[in-house]
Amino acid sequence: MTGLDDFPLWAAILVSLLLLVGSGLTLLGTIGLVRFQSFYERVHAPTLGTTCGAGGILIASMLYFSVLQSRIALHEVLITLFVTVTTPVTLMLLARAAIYRDRTEGKVDMPQALSGKAPSRVETTSPDDAPAAKG
Amino acid sequence: MSRVLPYPLLTASLILMWLLLNSFSLGHLILGTIFAYGASWAMAALQPAKPRIRRWDLIPVLFFRVFGDIFRSNIAVAGIILRGKSRKRTPGFVVIPLDLRDRTALAVLACVLTATPGTAWIEYHAENGQLMIHVLDLVDEAVWIDTIRNRYARLLMEIFE
Repeated sequence: MTGLDDFPLWAAILVSLLLLVGSGLTLLGTIGLVRFQSFYERVHAPTLGTTCGAGGILIASMLYFSVLQSRIALHEVLITLFVTVTTPVTLMLLARAAIYRDRTEGKVDMPQALSGKAPSRVETTSPDDAPAAKG
Repeated sequence: MSRVLPYPLLTASLILMWLLLNSFSLGHLILGTIFAYGASWAMAALQPAKPRIRRWDLIPVLFFRVFGDIFRSNIAVAGIILRGKSRKRTPGFVVIPLDLRDRTALAVLACVLTATPGTAWIEYHAENGQLMIHVLDLVDEAVWIDTIRNRYARLLMEIFE
């Protein structure tokens, strides 16, 4: 490694701690992805990686390059911003596809479509709710 | 103003992004401004609905509230994953009636709910304003409805509507 000789110890410790926490949370998210049972539970696990996991790694990166180049490196803020803004798009696409599939298959514990009056969670989903996918 | 600069906020953020990606210098400021100006006119050709922000002072409040909640739910979800099968999980759907109608505000709410581990935006019905979310650790439905409505939706309404 070059240029690490004049890298201060306090920053090195802080950067490694942040990297460990960030990557640890990301790993935990992937473990959760494997461990959880249903699709809807699994959706939650990778969020660890995209929030505090990515956050820790990006702050470590900002700190490292800010100290090394002795000017503030802020590109990483943009990564955080774009990750946060774009994840709802994929999540909604996946969630809508999953809920459409579950409704057409008539899963019992699924809530009904959000149309008309207030839906109740107790009622079972009848096949009439999804006329498009019959047959 | 709007004749010369159709989207001042977009133009400003594009200039800022350009300066973040490159280092700050007068040349980059000018180049970034030219690009941002062109891009905002390209955006104007698409004619998206222009978001109106009424209360700028409340944006930091929202930011720190979201930041704190993301941090706390990270710890909570990490705990749920670590405990594994030893503890019974209670995931479930919650239907939340929303008064929020502004499209930008709803988009921000979607970002917040998605970015927070433990909650996921599933479905929104624009006609009656009902939002369905999935919660990983659902103990009390009323608490979640109250949290989303009073902690976020009210603040977003004050900012955008």
